Amino acid sequence: MTSSQFPTGIAIAGVYEHPSRFSPNKSEFQIMAECAKGALDDAGLTRQDVDGLFGASMTMGMMGIVDLAEYLDLRPDYLDGTNIGGSSFVAHVNHAASAIHAGLCSTALVLYGSTAASNSMAIGTGGTGASKDPGLAFTAPYGMTTVGSYAMYANLHMKTYGTTSEQLAQIAVTMRHHAGLNPLAKMRAPITVDDVLESRMISRPLHLLDCCIISDGGGAVIVTSLERAKDLRSQPVSLLGCGEAVQHQGVGGSDLLTIAAKQSGSTAMKMAGIKHADIDLAMIYDSFTITVLATLENLGFCEPGDGGDFVGDGGIAIGGLLPVNPDGGGLSSNHPGMRGIFLVIEAVKQLRGECGERQVKDARVALAHGTGGTIGDKHSGATLILGVDR
Amino acid sequence: MTEIDHPSPHASWETRGYWEGAGRGALVLQKCGNCSLVQHRPRGVCAHCLKSADLEHFPASGRGEVYSYTVTEQNQAKGFAEACPYVMAYVTLEEGPRLLTVIVDCDPDVVTIGMPVVAGFVNQERDDREVFAIPVFRPSAT
Ligand SMILES: [Zn+2]
Repeated sequence: MTSSQFPTGIAIAGVYEHPSRFSPNKSEFQIMAECAKGALDDAGLTRQDVDGLFGASMTMGMMGIVDLAEYLDLRPDYLDGTNIGGSSFVAHVNHAASAIHAGLCSTALVLYGSTAASNSMAIGTGGTGASKDPGLAFTAPYGMTTVGSYAMYANLHMKTYGTTSEQLAQIAVTMRHHAGLNPLAKMRAPITVDDVLESRMISRPLHLLDCCIISDGGGAVIVTSLERAKDLRSQPVSLLGCGEAVQHQGVGGSDLLTIAAKQSGSTAMKMAGIKHADIDLAMIYDSFTITVLATLENLGFCEPGDGGDFVGDGGIAIGGLLPVNPDGGGLSSNHPGMRGIFLVIEAVKQLRGECGERQVKDARVALAHGTGGTIGDKHSGATLILGVDR
Repeated sequence: MTEIDHPSPHASWETRGYWEGAGRGALVLQKCGNCSLVQHRPRGVCAHCLKSADLEHFPASGRGEVYSYTVTEQNQAKGFAEACPYVMAYVTLEEGPRLLTVIVDCDPDVVTIGMPVVAGFVNQERDDREVFAIPVFRPSAT
């Protein structure tokens, strides 16, 4: 238990990103177990130290977190199987921090694993068919797809602010450039704005190269008290602020361009007591190019409508005004369906200065924002602000 | 161009008024007699009063305008895959609420945000005697 004011005194002590992008002979839980081992080794801890278990995946059922505990033969004091889409793992870190702060557990293990690519899962364009799910009952009959929902956001943004396809393409080009610096990234060959614009149209105005890739993968994060983390193997990364939010169609009248990031980002920024200029890099869930633009605007890095200019001219490249996703993001490195955990892992590695060619120079403060669901329909948002002393 | 073969909507007791109403050729919304809230998507209570007692269905005018849209070029779901490219859209109704729909009977290239549209109804094949339809929208004759 920590006596200081939340979130002071909470740190990330270990992280691990599964190196594989295609694992046809592995199960989700096997990938999670390998990631758990990796993160525990990174922290210098063992499985006996884990007393809080957090996890989510695209196929874990109602008692999935219990199944996961059995698979790992763990009997933790604290369980959290929150699943709010791809942002879940960012939220898990928030939840773990509050549980540790309250003294309910001391060492929280956050896990994710997926075999989306080897299962040939159609994540963006699969449609939903007829569905009993009340959330889908009014979208399935109209052929809603994930990419279609984001495309409606993009069209409204273009109409309202004059944002162009070329500006969105710049985001994909920058992510691919970053991926070229990341040996683990799935897609590393450079692309141009023309390559994006000439790629197959999926849902206007979004082209194939405006969409994230599909891979297998997984990751793990260990959260503990800063005091304890200081005695462990890796440099502790402190939690400075966090926030969560949800946005949806309500009773039929929400402003589509306002996404959950606005609320969760504001909460996290106030908690951290920092300004946007203090942030050295941002990890932004990039399911589609438009997601990055929408998130940067809603987090307040630029005014609504200025996102197109903000992402151009290398503004979000390593060395730019605000480096975004130095790992290459979901657009080029990996996207196994729920990418949130990689936002946390890369932020931690960057703050520790372990990123080699893709290292953001002198990174001291990082923001990670996960989006779960679709911004054109309903979604969750979770924001973390992390920092290191240098 | 192949027309969309809409999957049958799952109508629970909370939502069947919408699909039944469409079967009678009416775009049906819910209104709360207590607080006057007009809501879509339908539910068993007024979302603000959290009570069902004062909730009523009423036929909307069926007129509205396109709030945003996308021309879907790829959707692997049955009924839609063959109909690509089709226009999925949000339409803001005269009565206030916005709903998800498709825009039909028009070239996808001419759909614009703000375009006035009017509701139409696609009847569903059923093996019982109920009549359900899917509300869709088409450009209004101006
Ligand atoms: Zn009411």
